Amino acid sequence: MTTTETVPAATAEGRKPLMTLEGVTQKFDTKAGPITAVDEVNLSINPGEVLCLVGESGSGKTTAARMAAGLARPSGGHVTYDGKDIWSLNRRDFKTFRRGVQYVHQDPYASLNPTRTILQTITAPLVKHGVVKGKRAAVQKAAELLTEVDLTPPENYLEKYPHQLSGGQRQRVAVARALTLDPKIIIADESTSMLDVSIRISVLEMLGRLRDDLNVGFLFITHDLAIAKYFGWHGKTAVMYLGRIVEFGPTPQIINSPTHPYTRALIDAIPEPDPDLTKTKGARGLRSMEIPSLAHLPSGCTFHPRCPLFEEGLCDGVVPELAEVRPGQSTACHVVARDGVEALQRDEPVA
Amino acid sequence: MSTESARAVRGGQGKPLLSIRDFKVEYRTGSGATVQAVRGVDLDLYPGESLALVGESGCGKTTFGLGLLRLLPRLGHATGKVTFNRGDGAEIDVLGLDGKDLRAFRWRDAAMVFQGAMNAFNPLLKIRGHMHDTMRAHTKASKQEIEDRAGELLRLVRLEPARVMDSYPHELSGGMRQRVLIAMSLLLEPEVLILDEPTTALDILTQRSVVDVLHEVRERLGFSMIFISHDLALAAELADRVATMYAGRIIETGGVRDLFYRPRHPYTLGLIKAVPPIVGELPDMESIPGGPPSLAALPPGCKFNPRCRYATEECKEADPPLFPVTDEAGNDHAAACIHWKDVHLDRQVPKEDLGTAAS
Repeated sequence: MTTTETVPAATAEGRKPLMTLEGVTQKFDTKAGPITAVDEVNLSINPGEVLCLVGESGSGKTTAARMAAGLARPSGGHVTYDGKDIWSLNRRDFKTFRRGVQYVHQDPYASLNPTRTILQTITAPLVKHGVVKGKRAAVQKAAELLTEVDLTPPENYLEKYPHQLSGGQRQRVAVARALTLDPKIIIADESTSMLDVSIRISVLEMLGRLRDDLNVGFLFITHDLAIAKYFGWHGKTAVMYLGRIVEFGPTPQIINSPTHPYTRALIDAIPEPDPDLTKTKGARGLRSMEIPSLAHLPSGCTFHPRCPLFEEGLCDGVVPELAEVRPGQSTACHVVARDGVEALQRDEPVA
Repeated sequence: MSTESARAVRGGQGKPLLSIRDFKVEYRTGSGATVQAVRGVDLDLYPGESLALVGESGCGKTTFGLGLLRLLPRLGHATGKVTFNRGDGAEIDVLGLDGKDLRAFRWRDAAMVFQGAMNAFNPLLKIRGHMHDTMRAHTKASKQEIEDRAGELLRLVRLEPARVMDSYPHELSGGMRQRVLIAMSLLLEPEVLILDEPTTALDILTQRSVVDVLHEVRERLGFSMIFISHDLALAAELADRVATMYAGRIIETGGVRDLFYRPRHPYTLGLIKAVPPIVGELPDMESIPGGPPSLAALPPGCKFNPRCRYATEECKEADPPLFPVTDEAGNDHAAACIHWKDVHLDRQVPKEDLGTAAS
């Protein structure tokens, strides 16, 4: 079931990717029996590039991200950093990996220590990893980092506590803390979903600047396809459903011409901030709204009980593999693999 | 039950179902001080109309909704005039209601669907218990009548009564709970339904099923709806009319197409530009600098002026009232900005015909 070749392991220039997830699987034992939260996921992340991981809750996005960050050990497959499996690294190399990959959590109200000032929060990793020597240098560096995330002038923020800041400001502090160790990759797990719409774009703009100026790579996890579209327009997007990647490709193609029935259902379902456009939206043709339980996954393609293209015998037999259906865009669907992307047009409602 | 079509009567024609004048809500804070969370709202809701209330968090949307139903916490105090013109011709002064009358008004005349469906249920009661409690508290319906009514509504929101009635809230998925809540709110055939962020925290496909159910039940039952949301896309989807709230006031109101295609308040314009659409190319996006002001320390003049790029010295002098921004007959598009003539959304608009009347 290794499908490394379907998700290009290296970029166009043939460089080795900085980080890869190869056939990564995570199984959890629960009261309801063992469940596979992430199943055979292949991904690669490079500096300066954005990889969006989208999906509904329970699709395994966060579990995949935790494994990429080395916060959870996969039950199968390999996570590599700089070409080496992170779980076979020696102490020193593991520390390099930890410094190189930083995590920005969803909830800036929970991820910042309420009893520490912003200065203490930001200087802690600087001191711990010996990046700076002496208090003055630490303050200096903290001020630079706050400027980097648009918290200016930094003197206004250094002595404040998290409760004195707004949600957007807190999330900026969380990003500044992630930047303390010059990371190569930032894993942003729903980092803007708690923020008000009005400030979401400015936080994303700031992240985009870090990507371009500091050449930071992003694993950007979100349930909001509009946000993935905005932040990942020049990158790639992987759509997850019940632990597996069902579609992968350049973001504009995923959004504007999805080739998996699930991706298309998602995009059709999202209301648009435009009264005329949104009238064209609807839950088109889905056979069921219920998401199957991870403990009792349907046989074959796990989307088959809901899929409008379902064909008995074909879809409920074996799990479909990702296969390229357009240049750079691959889809795990038996029907599309057989009939081509035109299959998706078949269930178009008669206007 | 109001069985007329869901077509809204707009622009001051007909008699409003709910007429709100100079509505204010004050919260007492420590040391005897007060803050005004809602600072004078004038609003009419017409029969069958769906009105969306949009704005950032902390601008008074939820407080406004709670105030209308007299559900404010003890430290909150609502003033002004809220008149409810019931279908049977009775005129009710909502803020003057007391005891029995207030209980009758709530749920039977106006019901609320809260955010976070899990917290709105009693975890120890099955759905059947919730249905029976609600009906028995407000009507003299027999057991069988309650069962029938509950079953009918559950089917209306596309749920299987046989399965749902015997479930505890925790046994249902988020989308199912939200739909049960909508069914429950409609038990007593209210004429007004207030929905506070009814789909926040739901997944995309689940949100879609709730939105579709709302479209359907409104079509069938023809109630009016005030719909509170920070999600502009949802407002575009569900509303006939939109009101933008900022710092406790309505700063722009108009038909949904007017507001989305011809916004005339910089704040509404900013909100629209901050939400990326899904379909199509990536348009220019912009955020609104800063955050909403603290209600305890509002800036002088227009409350939006510190964040506004159209702001001039004049904006700091007085808080502008709502100006009508169109002389089209029957169009009530209004914006509280002295520079409204300069505010334009420079985006391709699908059709030029922007009449407020639903086509």
